[in-house]
Amino acid sequence: MAREKYRFNTPAGRVFDVFNVVILVVIGLIALVPFLYVLAGSFATEAEIATRPFFLWPETFSLKAYSTILTSDAFVRALVTTVLVTAVGTGIQLLLTASMAYPLSKANLPGGRVMLMLIVFTMVFSGGMIPTFLVVKELGLLDTYWALILPAAINPFSLIIIKNFFQQLPKELEESAMIDGANEVRTMWSVILPLSKPVLATFALFYAVGIWNDFMSPLLYLNDSSMWTLQMFLRQVTAATDLSMLQSDASEMPPAQGIKFAVIIVATLPILLFYPFLQKHFAKGMLLGSVKG
Amino acid sequence: MVLLDTRAAGGGATESLIVPPRRRRSGVHVHFSRFKWLYLLLIPGIIYFAVFRYAPMFGAIIAFKDYVPFLGIGGSAWVGFEHFTNFFASPDFVRLLGNTLILAFLNLAIAFPLTIVIALLLNELRLSIVKRTVQTLIYIPHFLSWTVVASLTYLLFALDTGPLFHLINTVLGTDINFLTDPDWFRPVIMLQTIWKGTGWGTIIFLAALASVDQEQYEAAIIDGAGRWSRVWHITLPSIAPTIVVMLILKMGDVLDTGFEQIYLMTNSLNREAADVFDTFVYFMGITQGSYSYSTAVGLFKAIVGVILIFGANWLSRRFNQTGIF
Repeated sequence: MAREKYRFNTPAGRVFDVFNVVILVVIGLIALVPFLYVLAGSFATEAEIATRPFFLWPETFSLKAYSTILTSDAFVRALVTTVLVTAVGTGIQLLLTASMAYPLSKANLPGGRVMLMLIVFTMVFSGGMIPTFLVVKELGLLDTYWALILPAAINPFSLIIIKNFFQQLPKELEESAMIDGANEVRTMWSVILPLSKPVLATFALFYAVGIWNDFMSPLLYLNDSSMWTLQMFLRQVTAATDLSMLQSDASEMPPAQGIKFAVIIVATLPILLFYPFLQKHFAKGMLLGSVKG
Repeated sequence: MVLLDTRAAGGGATESLIVPPRRRRSGVHVHFSRFKWLYLLLIPGIIYFAVFRYAPMFGAIIAFKDYVPFLGIGGSAWVGFEHFTNFFASPDFVRLLGNTLILAFLNLAIAFPLTIVIALLLNELRLSIVKRTVQTLIYIPHFLSWTVVASLTYLLFALDTGPLFHLINTVLGTDINFLTDPDWFRPVIMLQTIWKGTGWGTIIFLAALASVDQEQYEAAIIDGAGRWSRVWHITLPSIAPTIVVMLILKMGDVLDTGFEQIYLMTNSLNREAADVFDTFVYFMGITQGSYSYSTAVGLFKAIVGVILIFGANWLSRRFNQTGIF
């Protein structure tokens, strides 16, 4: 694609171009450097973290921080818990969302429009934190992992985008399945969902990132610290010690600095591994949403 | 393909044969049996919305009661608007409103324009490799959790050990503890907001910029327009509708400060600047157990939010109709 607007350039324009590249590269680095600093710190020795204020490459490599956290029961439990809750939760949330989106994609479904309006209304207004907490409590879901999955099971925004996607699939495919005697549940399962794999994958990632990163639900619904997820663990490790450091003399032994660095890396790593997929699909998803929303 | 096409034609015909218009109006049970599988699929979703979205809305009536868990919602006594009047009369109200509005204002005044500026700079970039790399980098923070962002902040600004603690204090010649100083709460929050959200926020503007008609630029170049005047007279007017719509949408959630971000950065020393509606509801309701009072605060926020959203929507529609599009 030839970008015509750049064909003619003045000397001042060329100077601007150079500055522009420099500025944007700096901005890009600002996004990256805090993470690189933590990555370097997680492989550094405790002494190096204490003496060097800033570095992106450790002088002496050490795996001490990682070996400490990976042999810590609390950390391994939090990690395994988070992986499992994310995997199971994503499956449940995606299934619930897709199976609600499919009937709603039928324009002739009696009551469909009213239901859609009621769903959109929940995007605008909610009962709030405390009434939701009380519902979760009344259902006996406090201190269960269901509390991390069910209250956010269907994201109205995702539901509507998936519904819109189903709507623009060719009707003929469904009809041929129906003529062959399949009911709608079967049609959805064996025709619609396979056709929608890319979209469903996108929203699976959406949900997975949401559960993985969720801090509010475990904070609200899990009192039992042995049930904590990675984000709660991270919070405890970084914030608690910082507050004890604020009291200048830390009488109790605070977790070593390197551990904080390593926990941050572990909490971030899955996101970074999935990032190439995330970037590709999320950008599209967001634009789709903003156009249709 | 041919097979598909025939089926398409046949499909339309069969449908009108199966459902003649007269039968369509003949009673609820016919509808139900025809759509029973679809309704079956809807049931889990309906239960979800009823239980986790609508039940809390009705549960919010405890804002008008003196909710005692032991008595239940029905058994607790009505108190009318007492919690609301108490809240509006308390010094908390002014403080929370102030803190919330200041953060919202900073967001609109700093983070929002910055997003547009970065999108414009990216749009002016000639090297597409650099452009793509920078985009890839600046989107990353969006996907990190607030816990990770808060932890990074704690490390970078940590008293005596944080790199940014050193850097800024050396430059300013001061000895500021950024994590506990109430005066530095908002700058730190803004820094987080900008770091996490600005890159991602450019997407919508880059999309708008990509759809600007390239011929306009050619015409402008022939007329002798320079780089700056092209941005000023073509690019900016072209994306003005997007800017206005995004601005209006942002104004719709002025009271939403983001619970996780603020909660994670709040500590006992910076509470006076840190307390906002969202975190106040948590501390009052969950930590202190004042369910009714905190629900009233939350409800007030939610209702203002609805008014703002509908107001913004109305403005946006009006704006769109007055014909920039």
